[in-house]
Amino acid sequence: MKPEELLYAKTHEWVAIAEENGTKVATLGISAFAVEALTDLVYIDLPKVGQKVEAEQPFCEVESVKAVSDVYSPLEGEVIAVNDALPDALETLGSDPYGEGWVAKIKIADEAGLANLMDHTAYTKQCEES
Amino acid sequence: MSTADQLIRTPLHDWHATHGGRMVDFAGWSMPVQYGSIVEEHQATRKAVGLFDISHMGRLLINGPDAAKFLDSLLTRSVADMRPHQIRYSLVCNSTGSILDDVLAYRAVLGEDQPPGFGLVVNASNRAKIVAWLEEHAAGYSVEILDKTIEYAMIAIQGPKAIEILDSMTSFEITSMRYYTGQLMEVAGVECFVSRTGYTGEDGGELICDADKVLGIWEQLYDKATAVGGTAVGLAARDTLRLEAGMPLYGHELSESINPVEAGLDFAINLRDREFVGKQAIEAIEQNALPIRVGLQLEGRRVAREGCSILRDGDQVGTVTSGTFSPTFDRPIAMGYVKPAAATLGTSLDIDIRGKQHTAKVVPLPFYERGK
Repeated sequence: MKPEELLYAKTHEWVAIAEENGTKVATLGISAFAVEALTDLVYIDLPKVGQKVEAEQPFCEVESVKAVSDVYSPLEGEVIAVNDALPDALETLGSDPYGEGWVAKIKIADEAGLANLMDHTAYTKQCEES
Repeated sequence: MSTADQLIRTPLHDWHATHGGRMVDFAGWSMPVQYGSIVEEHQATRKAVGLFDISHMGRLLINGPDAAKFLDSLLTRSVADMRPHQIRYSLVCNSTGSILDDVLAYRAVLGEDQPPGFGLVVNASNRAKIVAWLEEHAAGYSVEILDKTIEYAMIAIQGPKAIEILDSMTSFEITSMRYYTGQLMEVAGVECFVSRTGYTGEDGGELICDADKVLGIWEQLYDKATAVGGTAVGLAARDTLRLEAGMPLYGHELSESINPVEAGLDFAINLRDREFVGKQAIEAIEQNALPIRVGLQLEGRRVAREGCSILRDGDQVGTVTSGTFSPTFDRPIAMGYVKPAAATLGTSLDIDIRGKQHTAKVVPLPFYERGK
C-alpha cells in the first residue's frame, strides 16, 4: 500500500479502508515514523481474532528495548484477522510498514471514528512538528 | 519538566544534535538518549568501543588540610588510607543509613607542586543535594568544596578496544594503569585526568578535561572508534550495559528508602575503627529481615519494567527496580528487591507485567562478565 493513500491516527497508526464481502474492513498498521521512533522492537502482543475494539482505545502492545507502547484502534469494530507472522519477524514493521508489516484487520462497526483520521499530508505535518 | 531551553547543555551538545542524537531531559541536562539503534550502540561497546558523553555527572573537588578527615566523616568507605591516584566506590548515607548517593572518590594528584587532593564524581540527579550535604557538614573542618561540573567535561571510553585507542592518543602507557586508578596526562595534546573506571562491565577509561577543549578530543576518539567498529553511545544503551553488568543505578536500585545492606553493597561499607554519618544505623540493620537486590531472568520476550510486582504463589514478594531487553542475551533481564525467602538463586517467581504474569528466575549478578 502506498503511504500517500492511507489514513492516519494522531497516535501513529495507519488505516486502509476496503470493502470485503459487503462489509467495510480496516487494515491497521504502525506508521514508519512511529517504528523509527520506537527503534529496537523486541515483542508484539497481537490482539485476538474476534476481539471487540473501541475507537481510540489500546488493542495491541509493542515492546522496544526502551519502553512498551500501546497501539490504538482508530475505529470501533471487531478483529477479523491478525498478522501472525509479525511476532517472529518484527523487522518487517520497519522494512515494510505499509505492506507485510500490517498488524490487524478490523470489521468496522462504526464509521464515526473515520472523521478523526488524517490524510498523509496532515499526518506528515504532525510528525514534522513533533 | 523543564523546557528544552532551560536544560543544561554539555560542551558536546551540538555534536550530538548534528549526529542524530535524540536529546532528552536527564536530571536537568539535555542528553542524547540514543543516536540510532540502542542495540547497535550496546553491541558496539561490547565488541569494540563505545564513547559516552557523561559531562552531566557531578564533578567536585574537596581541598584543604582537613579534606581527608572531612570526607571520611561522610563516606561509607574510608578515604584517608587511599594512595595517590587511587579511586574508590563509596556511598553517602544520612544518619538513618539511607543512601543519598553512590559516588567515586578520587585521591587525585592535580599538580606536581601541590599535595594530593580529593575528587568526587556524583550522580547528576544528586549533585545539588550532595553539594548542600557537604557544605552543611563542613563546619569545623578546614576544607574548600568546589563544584567543577560546568567547568570540566567528562567522557567515557568503554569496550575491548578502549584502552588501545586511549593509549594511541597519549604518551602515558595506559595499559600499565591499574583498574580504579587515575591521573593527569595529555590526551591529544590536552591535559586530562584519565581513570581506568567505567559503568558498562567492559574495560576502558573515563576522562575529565576543560569543557572548552573536549570537542577536539571527542572527535579524535570518535574517528578512531568508528574505524574499529565503535560508535557514540547514548544514555539508553548506557543503561542496558550497566544493567547487564549488574550495577545499581541511583533512583532505581538505590534511593533514600534503601539502605546499603539491602542493596548488597556491603563491599562499599567499612565500619571498623571509624565513624561516619549513618554508621550506627547501618550497624543496627538486621540483614535477614530486609528485601534483597536480585537479578531476574524472564521467560518469553516481555520486558519487566521498573515498578512491576514480583510474586510468588500469588503473593507479592518484591518489586522490579530496573528492567530491559538484554541485547547480549537476547532476552529480558531485570533487577529488583525481593524478600529473603524468595531471593535464593534458582527460585521461580512471577512478574506482573501490565496485568499478566510472566515466569522469572532468580539468577546471579552480574548477568554479564567480560572475558578476562
